[in-house]
Amino acid sequence: MNLDAAPGIVAVTAVTIATLVIGTWGLRFSRTTSDFFVASRSVRPRLNASAIGGEYLSAASFLGVAGLVLTFGADMLWYPVGWTAGYLVLLVLVAAPLRRSGAYTLPDFAEARLGSRAVRSVCSLLVVAVGWLYLLPQFQGAGITLRSTIGAPTWVGPAIVGIIVLANVTSGGMRSITFVQAFQYWLKLTALLVPAAVLLAVWADDATPYASGSDGWSVPLASGGGEGLYVTYSLIVATFLGTMGLPHVVVRFYTNPDGRAARRTTLVVLGLLGVFYLLPPLYGALGRVYAPTLAGTDRADALVLELPRIMLDGPAGELLTGLVTAGAFAAFLSTSSGLSIAVAGVLSQDVTGRLWAGRRLGGVAAFRLGAVVAVTVPCVVALAVPNLGVARAVGLAFAMAASTFCPLLLLGIWWRRLTPAGAIAGLLAGGVGCGVAIVWTLVVSRPSGWTDTLMGQPAAWSFPLALATMVVVSLLTAPRIPAHTGRFLVRLHTPEVLDLDRG
Amino acid sequence: MSEPGPSPDRVRVTGPPRRRTPTARTADIDDETRLGGMYMGSLLREQLRLALGVLTVLGLTVGLLPLVFHLVPALSRFEVLGVPLAWLLLGALVYPWLLALGWIYVRRAERNERDFAELVTEVNR
Repeated sequence: MNLDAAPGIVAVTAVTIATLVIGTWGLRFSRTTSDFFVASRSVRPRLNASAIGGEYLSAASFLGVAGLVLTFGADMLWYPVGWTAGYLVLLVLVAAPLRRSGAYTLPDFAEARLGSRAVRSVCSLLVVAVGWLYLLPQFQGAGITLRSTIGAPTWVGPAIVGIIVLANVTSGGMRSITFVQAFQYWLKLTALLVPAAVLLAVWADDATPYASGSDGWSVPLASGGGEGLYVTYSLIVATFLGTMGLPHVVVRFYTNPDGRAARRTTLVVLGLLGVFYLLPPLYGALGRVYAPTLAGTDRADALVLELPRIMLDGPAGELLTGLVTAGAFAAFLSTSSGLSIAVAGVLSQDVTGRLWAGRRLGGVAAFRLGAVVAVTVPCVVALAVPNLGVARAVGLAFAMAASTFCPLLLLGIWWRRLTPAGAIAGLLAGGVGCGVAIVWTLVVSRPSGWTDTLMGQPAAWSFPLALATMVVVSLLTAPRIPAHTGRFLVRLHTPEVLDLDRG
Repeated sequence: MSEPGPSPDRVRVTGPPRRRTPTARTADIDDETRLGGMYMGSLLREQLRLALGVLTVLGLTVGLLPLVFHLVPALSRFEVLGVPLAWLLLGALVYPWLLALGWIYVRRAERNERDFAELVTEVNR
């Protein structure tokens, strides 16, 4: 360890302490199981929107986008655009009904809508799968960040993030996490905005006008003609539709007081994400001017962390490095916390909260045990398997969510004739299809040709497959439409001010 | 004139349960009558039409960009104030546009719900 490590160590320590202090402060409000799961549904739209933003902006947004833009150019801008547009799709199709359903988690929603334990079990399995797929790159990214900024061994990052997340989640649950994540949104925004402003001033001063961008750097399309067009559109499908099916995003909607607040919260989130995502591409473009040698290497992901030192000498560069390191660390903490809560919620309801050998754990104890399992498993796997690449693994999690939970939510909310059998068939078709594609992508090291393209970016075929399967099997099993469907749709769609029988 | 021995237990006498407003249209929805089904159907159709409308606008603007750039490759060399067009559109302008679409949606969705609430709280004559 040398002097270079100082800003990184200070930044990581400061974020850790701030997170634990705010988490403990939030603990004073956390007393019941309902506080743990959904913050007792009393979070105002603006605080809730900051928390959603803080939770959603992961390592892929904070570090990954700038690195991808540096290496590949404008077609990578579709990642941040898709991650934001996903909230617009969520707003118009599911936000208010999802809140009004009154369920805690996706499996709760599925069981309440369809009245079937089997659908619930399939959903629980998928929540854990998507959650772990998304947690894995967060832990691995934390390892890479600490290695490149303070020279720590790779296992230190996952271990620190895992322990802090566990401490916060098990002590305060959703209520304290809401404050922590709202704080972390503003920290992440500041940590990108201030250095970006300084670096832009340096760039203007240098009069180094433009990047010598190679051909195609300004084309918003993946290269390769027809295949490139397919990859871009498949990415659009995965991100636009996958957002609504991510377990940590969905769980947030239950903390709104009512359906109207859920909509307004989502609108504020759209604004917050739009402001944040203006910044990472700037780092990519500045990197093109000042650090072109990083492009295409595995250090591209660390562009945001390294650029301040490359462009500025002395204490100013060190200070800004500390700031972006703090933001990156906050990104790991907040996204992992949100995902861990979502996975722990499902595990505590369906696994650790069950009757085991004649004993049943209480609500909070079951949640804590669930959190330990939810964090430990991906943390250990992150140490054991080689790095998959942050953006690639996150992209696969989006594709999985788009081809399983998205059709379930769409049809469950808007279509009366969905049956339990149809839902299970569709979830399995989408989940297995996408799962096969993920395994294929991991096994094939050098993709080439249409088959590898289709497998590498599956959402454009796996989402329609799941949707069509759900519709067809539901129509074939029409006599098994749940009897309470009408009453449940009244609950999903009518404003709360009306005095109606909601089942 | 009272008889000796244990007196019978007192029984509270109440009328049949009454609805708050016997003929409000909300009762039709609660009882799942055909009329109630029509009210619900109209709300669902109205909200779904609004959602699909917003998504269509999204698809025809943001969604068509890759296809347009694929068909007219010359666009990627087009610059506005020194910034390539693709960067300007996808790096900046798309975000206020998404926010505007969301804002329009929230206003209209809330208006649909207010109209529905007014409709079903009117009392049938």
